Amino acid sequence: MKRRDLLKTMCAAGGVSLVGGRLGAEERPPTAPLADRVGVLVDTTKCLGCRMCEFACATANDLPQPEASIDRSVERQTSPTQWTVVNRYETAKGPVTAKRQCMHCLQPACASACLTKAMYKEPEGPVRWRESKCMGCRFCMVSCPFDAPKFQYDSPVPKIQKCVMCWERLEQGERPACVANCPAGALQFGRRSELLDEGRRRIALEPEKYVHHIYGEREVGGTSWLYLASVPFEQLGFPADVGETPFPVYTREFLYGVPLVLTLAPPLLLALSRASRARQIAEGEEEEER
Amino acid sequence: MTMHLVDGGRPRFGPELRRFGTFLLGELKPRGRLLTPFNVITSAIVLLGGVLLVIRFAKGLGSITNLSQDVPWGLWIGFDVITGVAFAGGAYVVTFMVYILGQEKYHPIVRVTVLNGFLAYVFYAGALLLDLGRPWNVINPIIGNSFGVSSVLFLVAWHFMLYMMAEFIEFSPAVAEWLGWRRVRRVLKALTLGAVIFGITLSLLHQSGLGALYLMAKGKVHPLWYSEFIPILFVVSSVFAGLSMVIFEGSITHKVFHHRVGQRLRATHDDILRGLARICAGAMFVYLFLQLIVFVHGQRWTYLGTGWGAWYLLEIVGFVGVPAALFLSGFRKGRLPVIRAAAVLTLLGIVLNRLNVSVIGFKWYMAERYVPTWMEIVVTLAVISAEIWVFRWVVNRMPVLSFAEVDRTGEGERRVDIVAA
Repeated sequence: MKRRDLLKTMCAAGGVSLVGGRLGAEERPPTAPLADRVGVLVDTTKCLGCRMCEFACATANDLPQPEASIDRSVERQTSPTQWTVVNRYETAKGPVTAKRQCMHCLQPACASACLTKAMYKEPEGPVRWRESKCMGCRFCMVSCPFDAPKFQYDSPVPKIQKCVMCWERLEQGERPACVANCPAGALQFGRRSELLDEGRRRIALEPEKYVHHIYGEREVGGTSWLYLASVPFEQLGFPADVGETPFPVYTREFLYGVPLVLTLAPPLLLALSRASRARQIAEGEEEEER
Repeated sequence: MTMHLVDGGRPRFGPELRRFGTFLLGELKPRGRLLTPFNVITSAIVLLGGVLLVIRFAKGLGSITNLSQDVPWGLWIGFDVITGVAFAGGAYVVTFMVYILGQEKYHPIVRVTVLNGFLAYVFYAGALLLDLGRPWNVINPIIGNSFGVSSVLFLVAWHFMLYMMAEFIEFSPAVAEWLGWRRVRRVLKALTLGAVIFGITLSLLHQSGLGALYLMAKGKVHPLWYSEFIPILFVVSSVFAGLSMVIFEGSITHKVFHHRVGQRLRATHDDILRGLARICAGAMFVYLFLQLIVFVHGQRWTYLGTGWGAWYLLEIVGFVGVPAALFLSGFRKGRLPVIRAAAVLTLLGIVLNRLNVSVIGFKWYMAERYVPTWMEIVVTLAVISAEIWVFRWVVNRMPVLSFAEVDRTGEGERRVDIVAA
């Protein structure tokens, strides 16, 4: 309980979170326990749909400011120049607004798909893209269950763009820009295990208000961004069919098979070729004897 | 032309080098008429393709392609790379039959098949570079500063590279013969079996690897094409895809380069095609059976009533089942036209299958479909044209379709060696 209290205090104090010290390169544990990674809890019942997070995101990440007036009836997608979008959904319980961005999976498909480790899961949680390594193959985009990575198709020096959980701000001990600028308190930054506790607490306190499901707790093996809602998540545009298996698992069996084939096939082939050649020679000698 | 670099202790490098230079220059010149319809059309395509590529590298991929945030891989990956590599599978199958199983009957087509495979990898896998957003970083996974070992694409990239080397070694004796380097040839020839064994292993892995790329696209590839068995299905289908390409390409080569075809190949060509037809039919029945098991286990019948189901049945029945039956009947009755028709149908079926996984059935639920631009198609045609040019250049100069005599001595040497050992 102590740590959670501390976290709350820190967050309330305006961004000087305990994360600051922990994110320093020297102190970073080689592999942080999965539950202890940082993340954000999004309570869509609190979201006003004001889009302040969109503007804060653009400012913090040097992106063009989003358009001030938008057509709310269209479901917008994130883009290379807009890493987060707030959409409004008409549901059985009235209109609900929800912010979307990269989910920062605990076991990201994009990072395991990346052959240069340009997509990279920081042990602390954020999934980042590293410019100097990426070759622009876009396999991360093919693999991501949430279609988070976006590619600059209009640039000769294209980048993969997506939410990086304001990695640089985290390193300076600040919260992500969207969290820090949410006027409704719909976003909460902290350790994932504590965010889950908080989510469960809210559901337990108001079981009528929430669906009893924290999206991201188990989806694709767990994500760093967690969502609470008053309606089933399919109604908010969340993919319902992603399953609970971490996506890298889908290629793991194949990759396990590779060393087997690579080491066992050559000797088998060699043996086979020796055997067939011995037979050929024997046949040749028989013919000669005749 | 033989190189004697050292003669009686005195190096005679100068004149030999000069003679070698003149030889190379002479060989580089085109042969035959230049202004043929084929040359004119392909030149126009290659030129246009070149212009388009300049635009593509100056302004980004979006300038000439219809790729989008939703469809990051289009025609260049789905057709050029994924389908092209399946078509190039003939090389590993034929080298397996000849060097591993010792089926000498197929020896006369080894070189042309390996050459085709090698060029297919250079050009079609090379087309991957055109699709890369940041191609200057392509060496990153090779030089070891960032090994993404958990990536299937990492495996595919490495295997492409290593397999190109293996195929070049397999083909290199022909180059040495062309240059008249006998001693070099003997060394290279000794490497063949090793390269073949390595090459088959690599092929099994990256042919399946191309399918494994889509394992993480679960939910994006239509359920009729998505399964855990994509890698296995890709390997098995690469066997008859590759051999059908050998039949198709062999039939054309046999006519176009008739003057270059050696006696042995001329005498056995039809027999070889019949043999390949039988193997194709066998591999296709295995594939169909595997597809059936996947279909039943995946409980896919619910999809059969939809338009996608009809499309799936067309692929499986129309372009695998039918050509398999044609191959079998063509083999039984010894009718080459039937075999050739079957090969063409099979190749179309492979195009369908690979595109259904990678492009057509990818994000099948989306209202807006990806359709390649004419520019993407032109670049693809330019890559194919350039490959055919190089193929023609090599076949017209090196002993590709006729190497029986040389090889028999080579075999003789090998046999003597083995008996002595």
